[in-house]
Amino acid sequence: MKNILEINNVTKFYKNSVKALENVNLNIKEGEIFALLGPNGAGKSTLINSICGIVNFNTGTIKINNMDIVKNYRTTRKITGIVPQELNLESFETVWNNVNYSRGLFGKKPDHNYIEKLLKQLSLWDKKDNKIKELSGGMKRRVLIAKALSHQPKLLFLDEPTASVDVELRKDMWDVVKKLNKDGVTIILTTHYIEEAEELSDRVAVINDGKIILVDEKDKLIKKLGEKTIKIELFESVKKINGNLSKYNFTLDQTNKIISHTYNLNSNTTDITELLNDLKKDGYKIKDINTEQSSLEEIFIKLIQENNNELVRN
Amino acid sequence: MNWYGIKAIYIHEMERFRRTLFQSLASPIITTSLYFVVFGSAIGSRITEIDGINYGSYIVPGMIMLTILTQSISNASFAFYFPRFTNTIYEILAAPLSSFEIVLGFVGAAASKSLIIGCVIILTANFFVDVRIDHPLLMMFFLILTSITFALFGFIIGMYAEGFEGLQIIPILIITPLVFLGGSFYSINMLPEFWQKISLLNPVLYLISGFRYSFYEVSDVSLLTSTLTILTILIGCIIFITYTFSKGYRIKD
Ligand SMILES: Nc1ncnc2c1ncn2[C@@H]1O[C@H](COP(=O)(O)OP(=O)(O)OP(=O)(O)O)[C@@H](O)[C@H]1O
Ligand SMILES: [Mg+2]
Repeated sequence: MKNILEINNVTKFYKNSVKALENVNLNIKEGEIFALLGPNGAGKSTLINSICGIVNFNTGTIKINNMDIVKNYRTTRKITGIVPQELNLESFETVWNNVNYSRGLFGKKPDHNYIEKLLKQLSLWDKKDNKIKELSGGMKRRVLIAKALSHQPKLLFLDEPTASVDVELRKDMWDVVKKLNKDGVTIILTTHYIEEAEELSDRVAVINDGKIILVDEKDKLIKKLGEKTIKIELFESVKKINGNLSKYNFTLDQTNKIISHTYNLNSNTTDITELLNDLKKDGYKIKDINTEQSSLEEIFIKLIQENNNELVRN
Repeated sequence: MNWYGIKAIYIHEMERFRRTLFQSLASPIITTSLYFVVFGSAIGSRITEIDGINYGSYIVPGMIMLTILTQSISNASFAFYFPRFTNTIYEILAAPLSSFEIVLGFVGAAASKSLIIGCVIILTANFFVDVRIDHPLLMMFFLILTSITFALFGFIIGMYAEGFEGLQIIPILIITPLVFLGGSFYSINMLPEFWQKISLLNPVLYLISGFRYSFYEVSDVSLLTSTLTILTILIGCIIFITYTFSKGYRIKD
């Protein structure tokens, strides 16, 4: 499938000489939902804002539909929409005026029917005459989405679309995103919620410290995310790992009393039962058991470490 | 050209004016009336006429200029600073709009507001004194050009300001003194020779003088110099804005 967005070697410094993006290369395929993950300050918003023309980038090229976004900004911006991370809205305007204003900015003829449909779809129709300041945070976020969609973009950026949105609304939002995607809109979103990336995206990138350290199909990443660790604390320390126990891939702590064994929830079988049985057979008494699931943050760190190791090896 | 985009900005700004119509108009009307009471009655009883024009009528063009200058600057600077402050500017930056189109929308709206206020002041003045306009076209020419020029000037302030206080500093420190010292309420011929020479360094004097000529055919300096002055300031502002935008400076990080 053809690339709707091509980012080549993009580097961005802010004025205080913070390097926010370093040699970013990324291609987005037409029609996909792409999730951009990364810890706070990784450069997600900077990347999106560079693509949308909200910040200037220093070097590299960005192309939308094979057109340079700087040289052909009129054409490329017309088909691009963005929902910013912050709730940047003018408090005293009404929802209706605000959304129609956005459509105008993007050079489109007024179309009240379309805007009406859009507001209804986002459950904002009964709020259309309210001033922005009279809306709740979640409603404001939806107004931002309506504004971004007001000119019927083909490429939509959602910078943490479900921050400050309650669980139920989040599900509604996901439906909206899926529906848009089905109607042919390519979507790039950032999120800190792994369920969100899981639920929506086809592919995922992890960005850290301005660098893209991984681009992968969602399913592959989920495998990594499905890893859990079981910690088994024994009354006495493990003297020797032999016989039955040698077939497991566990690690011991310094006291040799705590066994950490990692397994994957997504695989069809886990060997926890066997491990416990074998421990019992060898006469070990179990004091305590607990399990830990790697958080998104830990996965980031692990990925970054792996990435750094790779750099060192090469 | 993205006409729909320009129109969106223009209407959006005029809408704010409409929402606050009362404040927007009340302040110039009240100020004008106060000037008439204070200057017209108090001073006017001493100075009955200047250059053969009744004092009350004589100060009308200067008063309009004072209002046009301050309103154009404050409207345009606020209009452009506000979205920077609230971050709603992201949308303007992401839209397919050239810098020229953005300026056209904001400056067009600010200048329009000034024009409306200018006309309201002329009407208000009519309640107090006789206002005669000998050259209506010339009057409109100066009014429109001044509104646009100082709206551009305000736009520059809006681009550079780092806070709401920043918006006020240049108008208070520079523009207001220049207008008061530029012969809004007197003819520089009434000053000692030394101060006349100093006054001639004040560009606002030329604006007021030319504008007053369009009313009563009296002026401190020639019409040509007045016209050249306003055009020079206009071009200066345009060059400055173009330069700032070409550097991508001040608006985008
Ligand atoms: N306007 C700015 N001026 C200077 N530095 C900035 C600016 N915006 C962001 N930065 C810096 O650039 C880096 C990347 O920030 P960015 O906002 O892109 O991160 P992010 O991945 O979106 O983080 P978050 O998940 O918190 O939204 C950070 O170090 C941040 O401090
Ligand atoms: Mg961000």
